[in-house]
Amino acid sequence: MARITVNRKSHDIDVDPNTPLLWVLREQVGLTGTKYGCGIAQCGACTVHIDGAAVRSCSLPVSGAEGKQITTIEGLAQNGVLHPVQKAWLEHDVPQCGYCQTGMIMAAVALLMEKPKPSDADIDSTITNICRCGTFQQVRAAIHAATNA
Amino acid sequence: MNHVVRMNRRSFVIGTAAVGGGLALGLELQIGSGEAEAAASEPEVNAWVVIRPDETVVIRVAKSEMGQGTITGLAQLVAEELECDWSKVTFEYPTPGQNLARKQVWGTMFTAGSRGIRESQELVRNGGAVARQMLLQAAANGWNVPVSECSAVNGAIAHKSSGRTTTFGKVAEAAGKLEPPKDVQLKDPKDWKIAGRSLKRLDTIDKLTGQLIYGIDVKLPGMLNAAIKDCPVFGGKLKSFDAEKIMGMKGVQKVVRVGESAVAVVADTWWQAKTALDALPIQWDEGENANISSASIAEWLKAGLDAEQAFVGNQNGDVKAALASAAKKVEAVYSYPYQNHATMEPMNTTALYMADKCEVWCPTQNGDRALAAVIEASGLSAPKCEVHKLPLGGGFGRRTFTDYIHQAVAIAKEMPGTPVKLLWSREEDMAHGRYHPITQAKMVGGFDASGNLTALHMRISGQSIFASVRPESLQNGRDPATFQGLNPSGPEAAIGYTIPNLLIDHAMRNPPVPPGFWRGVNINHNAIYLECFMDELAHSIGQDPLEFRRRLMAQHPKHLAVLNAVAEKIGWAKSPPQEIHRGIAQMMAFGSYVAAATEISVDNGNKIKIHRIVAATDCGTAVNPAQIERQIAGSFVYGLSALFYQECTLNGGRIEQENFDTYDSMRIAQMPKVESIVMPSGGFWGGVGEPTICVAGPAVLNAFFNATGQRIRSFPLKNHNVQFA
Ligand code: FES
Ligand code: FES
Repeated sequence: MARITVNRKSHDIDVDPNTPLLWVLREQVGLTGTKYGCGIAQCGACTVHIDGAAVRSCSLPVSGAEGKQITTIEGLAQNGVLHPVQKAWLEHDVPQCGYCQTGMIMAAVALLMEKPKPSDADIDSTITNICRCGTFQQVRAAIHAATNA
Repeated sequence: MNHVVRMNRRSFVIGTAAVGGGLALGLELQIGSGEAEAAASEPEVNAWVVIRPDETVVIRVAKSEMGQGTITGLAQLVAEELECDWSKVTFEYPTPGQNLARKQVWGTMFTAGSRGIRESQELVRNGGAVARQMLLQAAANGWNVPVSECSAVNGAIAHKSSGRTTTFGKVAEAAGKLEPPKDVQLKDPKDWKIAGRSLKRLDTIDKLTGQLIYGIDVKLPGMLNAAIKDCPVFGGKLKSFDAEKIMGMKGVQKVVRVGESAVAVVADTWWQAKTALDALPIQWDEGENANISSASIAEWLKAGLDAEQAFVGNQNGDVKAALASAAKKVEAVYSYPYQNHATMEPMNTTALYMADKCEVWCPTQNGDRALAAVIEASGLSAPKCEVHKLPLGGGFGRRTFTDYIHQAVAIAKEMPGTPVKLLWSREEDMAHGRYHPITQAKMVGGFDASGNLTALHMRISGQSIFASVRPESLQNGRDPATFQGLNPSGPEAAIGYTIPNLLIDHAMRNPPVPPGFWRGVNINHNAIYLECFMDELAHSIGQDPLEFRRRLMAQHPKHLAVLNAVAEKIGWAKSPPQEIHRGIAQMMAFGSYVAAATEISVDNGNKIKIHRIVAATDCGTAVNPAQIERQIAGSFVYGLSALFYQECTLNGGRIEQENFDTYDSMRIAQMPKVESIVMPSGGFWGGVGEPTICVAGPAVLNAFFNATGQRIRSFPLKNHNVQFA
């Protein structure tokens, strides 16, 4: 059993406590916006926020997230209004296939919470998500744009 | 927000992202008769266009969207001819079953080879133009006036002399009942208003909110999940497994033999399935390939460099004689490794098998072949099978194959009535790719006494994709695709140089590793071989690499134009700033002429920083320049990731790299500034997703030589301890 709070909603889940949070979110909570890309903390497709910090949920057992605030991509928009980062992404037409983008956005939001005006170097050292489609040029532009929003 | 896929009657509409943002995926679960007619549930003007009473224009897109923007580009072309209001446009995918039932009204669904737009542009423009004429006719009929007096602009129809107006939405139903006109006039691209513009993509919003349903996200009532392991040695078989050991594990429902070589665990959740599979004792019959290694393959290919027998791809003059009498000879041997596609979304398919019906939900670049795979694997007739195409989390050529669809149907067949989602782990994806083919090349150039290049022999030794994937396309054993970018002439992939004595030939060597179309296909290595060696030749006689090329390109004005464009923009004529070194390359492929020039700096002799890449493409006709620029930059990420990091090596007949920790991919920190020059010269339609991928590599390598004097001829660069700064 695990009790987790996702997007401010509490869930009691019958699950092996070693199950990675990613799979609990996708398969038990039913939130599939958080993606699987590698399972070994390399790609960032599974990025969520735990107490406001970006975490790769494929490599965190669900037991490690109990009692904490988990935010997924589905919890980013409030009352149907897109988060400024999502808006910047839309404005810059960032996604190609889109598969990595939810994780990319979660990583960018976490960066902006920490550093509201990140430099290129901050972006380089913090946004380490893989995008096989190669959207990086637009990702960078959108992050800078979101700081001015 | 819907987290569970919502069911409705129309299997037809899948992920209409532009409608109301969060609209969930419509999945048809009405198994049984009448499903194929679901397409008729909404009145259409013709196969391409549905216009709803609220003026929404639904454009049907037969090609697969994998990030390349084909939905938006194709919709622009339809909308252009239709004369509709772009802000009202949304899209949907017809299913392969509907395409078959309607005698391929949407043409082929195959989406690869940078053909999404160029191959279907005429068909879709025609579809839009026909629909427009039918709408005009319906309005004219209503007013009892000649259709020639009516015109359509922005979704509104007007009869000028009487001042009457109506809208597409009002006449769409009547239009759909009319006989389509036989001949319609297509617009000249110079009159375009919607096509040719940098419009935003139609399918973005759901990618930002997590609402877009990819294949991996499909959820059906009562669905179980499967994890699979195929024999890690290519060609090996499954000998036995001990299901008893894992049947007691939580959630495990069944352990299934899949074909001759694989085993799958079916469980309530995928994580349970995967955990149990990892614990399953499995015996493989590794077969005859168990001794294959990268070293043994390299030896075999090396012998091909001097082999007597080779297929000729391009020949003029007498290379042998010219080289024998050359005043100066230059020789170099290059090689290029196996690489995996590593799409962000691993392979997956959800299948539901019943005695008289088999339905599949999957990401595929090949809708028609996916349906054929379902028919074959299920043993049911075509009308009893259906495929629902889902947005792809990357394709790059990997999803032209249907191996994972076959597997999913085979598993579902063991559990009739229960939908099963098969998902590969990343490890399985790395072990069972359809790899970029492996080749080597021996390059020999000869100069006369005054420094003119009189002879070039390029001998490629290595793997043919067609021999494995499409043997019917071989020409007397020769694989014409091997010579991509090196052909004597033609609209697809011609060489850009004229050399008096030229021979390009291929000694085919096909190791037992399955090759596939990998973004760019054969130009990735052909461009490195040719364009790096061109630099070697230039330097060997002390000439500027750009000037050296120009002298050989007089008869290839389109190749030359893109090369000149990048040279000018990078400022080739002036020497670069301190510490900055430049490289240049050009190629033609997929019907487009491309070139790149780059500026790099190198720290400590091995740490490369790419400051700029200027890229030019003449793709003939540009449907959406902003999306083309994204494809160029994206192709560089894919190609440079391969150049710097990626190699699939073999040991004991199996691929050694298992995940992104040993098969790395570029991050934002390594991303150079990409400046694109989109310079369509008109009169033809070239591809954009792939061609540019091949010029970044040689441009960077040529710059690296300028910086260090070191010429690297085997890849990836990490093997030489050369890395991103
Ligand atoms: S899936 Fe978690 S980092 Fe890749
Ligand atoms: S947009 Fe496709 S992987 Fe990033």
